[in-house]
Amino acid sequence: MQILQLKETLAFMRYRKVALIFSLLLMCASVFSLSTNKLSLGLDFTGGTLIEVGFKEPADLTKVRDVLDKNGYSDAVVQLYGSSRDVVIRLAEREGVKVELLGDQVLNTIKEGTGVELDMRRIEFVGGSVGDELAEQGGLAMLTALICILVYVAFRFEWRFALGSVIALFHDVLLTLGLFSFLKIEFDLTVLAAILAVIGYSLNDTIVVSDRIRENFRKVRDSSASEIIDISLTQTLSRTFITSITTLLVLAALFFRGGELIHGFATALLFGVFVGTYSSVYVASSVALALGISKEDLIPEVIEKEGADQEQMMP
Amino acid sequence: MLNKYPLWKTLMVLFIVAVGALYASPNLYGEDPAVQISGLRGVEITASTLDTVKKELADENIPFSNIVLDNGQILARFLSTEEQLKARDLLIDNLGENYSVALNLTPATPKWLAQLGGTPMKLGLDLSGGVSFLMEVNMKVAINKATTNIIDSFRADLRSEKIRYRSVKETDKGVQVVFRKAEDLEEAESFIKKKFGDLLLTTDSDKLTLTAAMTDAKIKEVRDYALQQNITIIRNRVNELGVAEPLVQRQGKKHIVIELPGVQDTAVAKAILSATATIDFRMVDTEGDLASALNGRVPASSEILYEQDGKPVLLKKRVMLEGSHIVDAKSGFDEYSRPQVNIDLDAAGGSKISNFTKSNIGKPMATVFIEYKPTKNKDAEGNTIFEKVEEVISVATIQSRLGNSFRITGAGSQAEAHSLALLLRAGALIAPIQIVEERTVGPTLGAENVKLGFQAILMGFGLVFIFMMIYYRAFGVVANLALGANLVLIIGVMSLIPGATLTLPGMAGIVLTVGMAVDANVLIFERIREEIRAGKSVQQAIHQGYDAAFSTIIDANITTLIAALILFAVGTGPIKGFAVTLSIGILTSMFTAVIGTRMVVNAVWGGKRLDKLSI
Repeated sequence: MQILQLKETLAFMRYRKVALIFSLLLMCASVFSLSTNKLSLGLDFTGGTLIEVGFKEPADLTKVRDVLDKNGYSDAVVQLYGSSRDVVIRLAEREGVKVELLGDQVLNTIKEGTGVELDMRRIEFVGGSVGDELAEQGGLAMLTALICILVYVAFRFEWRFALGSVIALFHDVLLTLGLFSFLKIEFDLTVLAAILAVIGYSLNDTIVVSDRIRENFRKVRDSSASEIIDISLTQTLSRTFITSITTLLVLAALFFRGGELIHGFATALLFGVFVGTYSSVYVASSVALALGISKEDLIPEVIEKEGADQEQMMP
Repeated sequence: MLNKYPLWKTLMVLFIVAVGALYASPNLYGEDPAVQISGLRGVEITASTLDTVKKELADENIPFSNIVLDNGQILARFLSTEEQLKARDLLIDNLGENYSVALNLTPATPKWLAQLGGTPMKLGLDLSGGVSFLMEVNMKVAINKATTNIIDSFRADLRSEKIRYRSVKETDKGVQVVFRKAEDLEEAESFIKKKFGDLLLTTDSDKLTLTAAMTDAKIKEVRDYALQQNITIIRNRVNELGVAEPLVQRQGKKHIVIELPGVQDTAVAKAILSATATIDFRMVDTEGDLASALNGRVPASSEILYEQDGKPVLLKKRVMLEGSHIVDAKSGFDEYSRPQVNIDLDAAGGSKISNFTKSNIGKPMATVFIEYKPTKNKDAEGNTIFEKVEEVISVATIQSRLGNSFRITGAGSQAEAHSLALLLRAGALIAPIQIVEERTVGPTLGAENVKLGFQAILMGFGLVFIFMMIYYRAFGVVANLALGANLVLIIGVMSLIPGATLTLPGMAGIVLTVGMAVDANVLIFERIREEIRAGKSVQQAIHQGYDAAFSTIIDANITTLIAALILFAVGTGPIKGFAVTLSIGILTSMFTAVIGTRMVVNAVWGGKRLDKLSI
């Protein structure tokens, strides 16, 4: 079977100005959404208490809110979680109450107040200082990842590719964050993990494309840089599609079957795979082109040597 | 000949996959309900304990499938949860409070497999249910206490060295001593330099001051000690909770992670973890008559307390010294290599005990351990009621006037001395701790997460299998074989690495690896198709396809691995689980997708004259 059988080389780079404007617009929109909507940071980062309870019958949220209101928890945010029986209650840190006891107290209050049978599904309490530390660590992790990757790609390929791929990654992360703030989806630790996985995936794509570009610069004679990029993108397009399809398939499985806790994670990755595929074509390659990548840059001796020792490493 | 693997290479691939399958196999056997018995407060489990347990069970007609004494713990397996619960209740009642009896689920791994080191994967709390705490040690208090100690010892030492000073006080640069004369300053500097090697000294000869600051190494030592001490105490308390396989671990510079699988009633757990224990030193009432006291005629100034083994002791009510003065307590050996406990006191404690013992030489002194234990009763507001438990942990005769530092000998065995030192330190917590994070997962949610995770893995696998088979036909089947082998290897490696835990995000990581592991095969297969289209022979195309795709695959995977490793370094709990499965998955998928599929492809199609390829 064959989904794409391309006889002609597609002129990807002809549209790179359009794509550039499109990307810039999306990035601006993301920045705008991030600055106005902000990220709705999850408990992991903000600190506070979260209680998830499961009712035997579909839950009566108004009643739960009433009960909490009467018992002095008027700041509690009560929401359904995934199904009509699961309810999540969120509370900010409060003074005077030993925070670690808050969860149990609220649970007892609801139990007594509603008189309905329910079971404790989870209680999470995160101190404010821990949240701050996590946010800091998370940001640091993202930054370290980008720098390490920049160094590796620069070492293996060329600085223009490295810069191109890191700008592409930045683009992907920014758009994913933008989406989360736009849709007001909770941003917790698992989403952070998903974004790092998006970095991994998008990079995968970028590297496959860059590898082909490097190869074609050596093989194809008498072509301009943009023609060579077009040829390479066309050649790898079918692989790009298939890998995206298989990854989207498993992500769909996670999205629909993985449960509520994995939802944000799957959402970030689903979106990330789309942007990641797009950015490896239009961001990474066009940045490398704009930076003036040329045949001479890619045929230094070092790379020839690398090709030579592949024979020994081959299975 | 093109595309033929030497036999050894084929065998190696098969061997690796077989080993992976062997170590993955313990996950297929379920778990046995079991009861785990361990000793508390230095009580050792011996063969006779084992006999008692066996007898108790036999007397009550509770059948067990297996019972062993291993690593100082007794593990009894049962056929059903009902028998397990019955046995636990029975043993709690009959063994007494020096033993912890915990419910446990023990892997039902066959013996031969267990001897080869085969164990099932460890499930994270989000899958098994239970509670995890993150506790923070208050380092400010630890550093303050260390500073106060320096001030106290400066005062005491300078006085005993007869060096005159005007004042000793704490400044933001460290402890500052002001002198009257330049000679005193010089003398003090050389003395302090000799005695306190871990202090940084700066002197100002105009203002006649000497400032001593703790070196970074000293600060680190203070912090490490405070953290380590808290970990030791928490371990001890967690053991009392009777939880099977608890985890108490240091995290970062000031945090302690505690994981208690299966614990639902977090109120009791929290109460025990944050309870305070103290130590008092009191005189034994030698004038009073123990026998008559036991009959109810207790002298007004005394009371009866009991030792661990139930022996009564008549003690004076007045406290000679509180445990808060203890700076350190270590177990060791005296000159006759008998076990002893060395105790260091702060300056105030030193002078207190010195005054007290001066007139009491030759008399027995008792160490009392006071703890607040949660009871089963609750007050009107639903808070657990605590009960004050006092216990005499040692009685020793005062041999001479005691000072800042003294020792207790005759504490019994080395294990008992060690335990006493630990209890003494517990009574003198250097730095208080506080719960800063708590995650409780109910058993239903845990079980649900396992189910959902497995469903997602199966569905993801199924979809990719079908797609690959339709798209690449025979080669798709080869890729699917590699995917299957990859899953087996991931599970095998996860089971083999002791620290690896499977979490829900970890399961997501496995699913994701499936999607991405196919990428390597897609790269290779697309390349083979290209080469065939370009007019190469079938064998040439296969060879070229694998060849050209190899460096791309390596580059792509290494970069993803970088992201995964960074995630591992900064992540905690569930996130670490994701990073672990992702990293393992990347490594195993490179092996199965490149070397594994090549082996199959070579065996099926290699070295033959072929005109067409099912790809």
